[in-house]
Amino acid sequence: MKNAKLKRWGIIVLALSILLVLVSFLALCLGSAGIEIKNIPGILIHGKGTSDYSILVGIRLPRIILGLSIGGALGLAGTMLQGMFKNPLVEPYTLGISGGASLGVCINIMFKFYNQIGIIAYPLSGFAGATLVIFLVYSLNSQTRHIRSNRMLLTGVMISYVASSLVMLLMAISRTDDLQNIVLWIMGSLDESNTTLIQLALWGSLAGLVVSYFFCFDLNALLLGEEEATNLGVNTTRTKKWLFITASFLTGLSVSVAGIIMFVGLIVPHFMRMVTGPDHRILLISSYLAGASFLIFSDIIARTIIAPLELPVGVITGIIGGVIFIWALSRKQVTL
Amino acid sequence: MSNLTDPIIGPVIDPVLELENISLGYQEKRILENISFSITPGEFVSIIGPNGSGKTTLVKSISRTLSPETGFIRIKGIDIQGMSHKTLARNISVVMQSVDPVAMEVGDYVLLGRQPFFQKYQFFETSKDVTIARKYMELTNTLELSKSKINQISGGERQLASIARALTQEPLLLILDEPTSHLDITHQVQVLELIRSLQQTLGLTILVVLHDLNLAAEYSDRLILLHKDKKNIYGIGTPEQVLTESAIQEVYHTRVMVQKNPVSGKPCIFLVTQSEIEKDRKYEIGKIDHEK
Repeated sequence: MKNAKLKRWGIIVLALSILLVLVSFLALCLGSAGIEIKNIPGILIHGKGTSDYSILVGIRLPRIILGLSIGGALGLAGTMLQGMFKNPLVEPYTLGISGGASLGVCINIMFKFYNQIGIIAYPLSGFAGATLVIFLVYSLNSQTRHIRSNRMLLTGVMISYVASSLVMLLMAISRTDDLQNIVLWIMGSLDESNTTLIQLALWGSLAGLVVSYFFCFDLNALLLGEEEATNLGVNTTRTKKWLFITASFLTGLSVSVAGIIMFVGLIVPHFMRMVTGPDHRILLISSYLAGASFLIFSDIIARTIIAPLELPVGVITGIIGGVIFIWALSRKQVTL
Repeated sequence: MSNLTDPIIGPVIDPVLELENISLGYQEKRILENISFSITPGEFVSIIGPNGSGKTTLVKSISRTLSPETGFIRIKGIDIQGMSHKTLARNISVVMQSVDPVAMEVGDYVLLGRQPFFQKYQFFETSKDVTIARKYMELTNTLELSKSKINQISGGERQLASIARALTQEPLLLILDEPTSHLDITHQVQVLELIRSLQQTLGLTILVVLHDLNLAAEYSDRLILLHKDKKNIYGIGTPEQVLTESAIQEVYHTRVMVQKNPVSGKPCIFLVTQSEIEKDRKYEIGKIDHEK
């Protein structure tokens, strides 16, 4: 029983890793300057100083790393939230966490906090906004104390609307150069040149993955409801708190670095659950890897389909993800 | 085992479970006040009472999903408020009224019962865990369901799987909250027979919430009858002591007739319907008229 499980999980992780590597190579090759795949190793080893080398290492590689970090973080956050709520509509976006994070970042852009404390102001403000929303949603529903309630989801959706209205308000009253900053950032793109932010995104999302694994058993028990989880020895209050904090952290990080990228957190966990089953021991890592591949792949399309112009990657994730999801739904009954 | 328990003064050996002056409620509303009782090892105790009398609430306080406003709950003499959630789950396991229909395989679901025993940083079930889970799945006849998903099996099978999961926790005390409420008569008897055999073969202590008074009388060593208006225990003791016509009249506001079950010798309750009462009264009046 255990060995069969191990083998199955091993194959899934291996397959998803290979997929990630393949997609990453594809992302290295494709772009306005086409570089053939067979030349890549040569350029990377010997080509230092050439323009091809700087395109690969200076432009495309950071995007791939960012795609991996953000895609993984969103897939992971979605998996954790869907597992807790046991609701197929839950993702960072529907719960208003993304909205809160974007409001935080907008305020940062308007009040120029980044001038005082540096680039770290972006992720900090994103995280602050995300945490504030989760705290609000949670404390507004503290009477029922049950996260399964539709009320909590509804509160999240409403806060999400309020947050996006506030973002629009800020845009309406902001100066032109701030407005441009906000619009560019909100559209959602992996075009980020700051290496500190990219590193932060990478290490942050990997840290989120590690933390999520401390709660993989609790998440499995929570699938059966909070009461049943308590009966199985889970300290649900503590677990919920940590999962919310981790999900807010991952979302805040993603939104502050790459803007709003919808659907990754919704579709990837669903799709992976069909493949792996509901056990979070395999589901968490699978969602991370698949989210990473999905976002890198979407980014390839976003920057090549109408090259040299670039589409917001959020548009692509929405279209591809939505279509795949509807197709999968019609084929197989989706349950948590 | 019941001979170790004096129904009036309670257990004469160390109790598995002890409740002392427990008061419970939701927000402003008190449901139970100053409840005290204890259960000895190996006993089969049923909690009965009308809807809203706080049976499930009482069970929730023991499984610590609901904190009592006053009083203490002790397992083997240790206050459960000071226990970690994991330790509590190794001592008590709970079978709830129904299992959420999740797309989880029955085998994996039963194995969840081993989680309270996992070491820190343990990532996989050990072969011992698997053996224990298999043992209890065999005992509950759920082994062949192992690969089926929870949301694809019947309510009765789900209930059995839930019992297998609870047994996999290898508890001292097994609590079941209305385990038969969604089941037909075949499965009701099947589940209760199973629980009784667990009591007898494993020496497990059983606390079960039951709606059906006859089933409770048939299977329990002792009954705890809750009174809704008094917010307390109306009677505690053997089925014969608790299930009397007057007690049921007062607690349930329903007229019944209690007789000995000719097969088991346990008390058996017969409903006296309103029309029977009317007929009875008319007959009495008629008799009086006639005498006049």
